[in-house]
Amino acid sequence: MAAQRTRGATASLAQAQAEAPELWAVSDFLLSMVESLWACSGNGSGFKMDAALKAQQELEKVEQQIAQMESIAGASTDSHKQLEELRQRVEALRKQIYAHLNAWEKTELARHPQRPNTLEYIERVFTDWSEIHGDRGFSDDPAIVCGMARFHRQEVMIVGHQKARDTKQKVYRNFGMPNPEGYRKALRAMKIAEKFGRPVFTFVDTPGAYPGLGAEERGQAEAIAHNLREMARLRVPVITTITGEGGSGGALAIAVADRVLMMENAIYSVISPEGCASIMWRDASKKELAAQALRITAPDLIQLGCVDATVPEPEGGAHTDQEAAAALLDASLQKHLAELQQLPVSELVASRYNKFRNMAQFFSVES
Amino acid sequence: MAWFKRQSGELDTSGEKKVRTEGLWVKCAGCRQIIWKKDLEDNLNVCPKCEKHFRIDARTRLSQLLDDNQYEVDDQDIASTDPLKFVDLKPYASRLKQAQSDTGLKDAVLNVRGKLNGRPVIVSAMEYSFIGGSMGAVVGEAITRAVERAASCRTPIVIVSASGGARMMEGVISLMQLAKISAALAKLDDTKVPYISVLTDPTTGGVTASYAMLGDLNIAEPGALIGFAGPRVIEQTIRQKLPQGFQRSEFLLEHGMLDAVVPRKQLKPYISRALDFMLAAA
Ligand SMILES: [Zn+2]
Repeated sequence: MAAQRTRGATASLAQAQAEAPELWAVSDFLLSMVESLWACSGNGSGFKMDAALKAQQELEKVEQQIAQMESIAGASTDSHKQLEELRQRVEALRKQIYAHLNAWEKTELARHPQRPNTLEYIERVFTDWSEIHGDRGFSDDPAIVCGMARFHRQEVMIVGHQKARDTKQKVYRNFGMPNPEGYRKALRAMKIAEKFGRPVFTFVDTPGAYPGLGAEERGQAEAIAHNLREMARLRVPVITTITGEGGSGGALAIAVADRVLMMENAIYSVISPEGCASIMWRDASKKELAAQALRITAPDLIQLGCVDATVPEPEGGAHTDQEAAAALLDASLQKHLAELQQLPVSELVASRYNKFRNMAQFFSVES
Repeated sequence: MAWFKRQSGELDTSGEKKVRTEGLWVKCAGCRQIIWKKDLEDNLNVCPKCEKHFRIDARTRLSQLLDDNQYEVDDQDIASTDPLKFVDLKPYASRLKQAQSDTGLKDAVLNVRGKLNGRPVIVSAMEYSFIGGSMGAVVGEAITRAVERAASCRTPIVIVSASGGARMMEGVISLMQLAKISAALAKLDDTKVPYISVLTDPTTGGVTASYAMLGDLNIAEPGALIGFAGPRVIEQTIRQKLPQGFQRSEFLLEHGMLDAVVPRKQLKPYISRALDFMLAAA
């Protein structure tokens, strides 16, 4: 019924500016409905998630209405004031909804099909990108991209998992799941950076290292292990950003860094919530419980001391505004690179060691 | 009354090779023959008929590797605090308690110092029966300490792996142990103190993807399951049956991922010979 009223109201939008107060009433009514829908949605995780999605959709409708009213409100200061109030309510509600996103909803956000991927960040944050390919042993793995670039005129090396949007590209990128040669290419690129004294930026966005026949034959475990050891003693600054999914060893293999940053809606986990649910609960549908229990969101990781800082995202997530997301990332990277470049190399490597040495020490000591 | 204990069907299907502690006889999962338990034990828990290597616990392993079964235990002062307060079908805290009382260990690894053919060595032996030998913060810390001890005392280290990988109930905390241990191994590598990695059945997941594959030599017992992903996960991903012998020691050797497959009886002499190569005066 509300929707019908809205359509009727918007159709008559052009009729007169004087109708603006009435439109305001419609939007106000709709917004109240969204607010109460949200308030009553309870705490059951599944239901809350549906409610969050529904509430977001409704909010978008209300926003469109507000924009339309803006255009017809004209010079009336009263109307503008009312519209501003509405907008503030929309904003507050959106904040509330996002604050309540639970770990599973964050997982869905981290995997959002419209979330910017590594090449999209490279395009917006860096210049003069020149990709380098191949592990010199077996092949070139498109699930990891490596290359030279400039970051605010500085020469840097970039390594990142690469996901894609359309089906053909997704298959080509293997859904961002590298084979061993991807990790070997990554290390080769990092060694080039080390040789020429250039900082390394890595971007993590993978469900995990690929669990396939060939991957096992060619030593997936060895490739990851090797990267962990070599990254720990790389003699140039390394900054990792978990941009989407940080899937276990397949993520860590390019994430042993001086600074590990995590985007606000990214996740970082030892196993996917689905995988954990099917093993520990023997029921993959318990993924929401598993996601919560595993503590995989950015605030969790900060609290556990496993990442150094969070990179804020635009309201609603990085997918709502790629430019804004890239700008926020850029600012974080600049800040952390500047800090790291203050340190002499020996101190840099020593403090990287100490960071990981003292990380995740959760045990009691008995005498 | 049966004069031998039959292996339960459940153990057979999962490919387990546990030695039954009760009964005088065991059935070998490899050749299906009935073996007198004492014969099996006298043969280092290797089937005298088909050479199948049964799984052994950490203490048995140490008794086979170290001179006169003499060693000093380190790092048994640390225990998990259940950092995530993890509860699935059963609370992790109660799983821990159960495993501790079953094994007499604080967690899934036993760090010791002893001698191997007269030469001082540090050994970390993993205990598979402690929550699948999984690695959480305690295993991570213990192995890191052993590696650091090896570096500071300039004593060679042998790590015997038997693990399903990272311990899920400690979430990302267990993941970070991979980085911690690998970083410690980078330092050890710089000191040129030898590290021999022994992979036993099974060694998978985060343990393979960190220290188990980072030895100066990576050697495995025959027939051990070794891999990154578990066989079931791979089957589900590629939607086909895995070839016979896939992810077994011999498969890895063939693909260039191991330095050697060494039968249990040869393990101590092999390690001793390798340490001679690495350490004996020229
Ligand atoms: Zn047999």
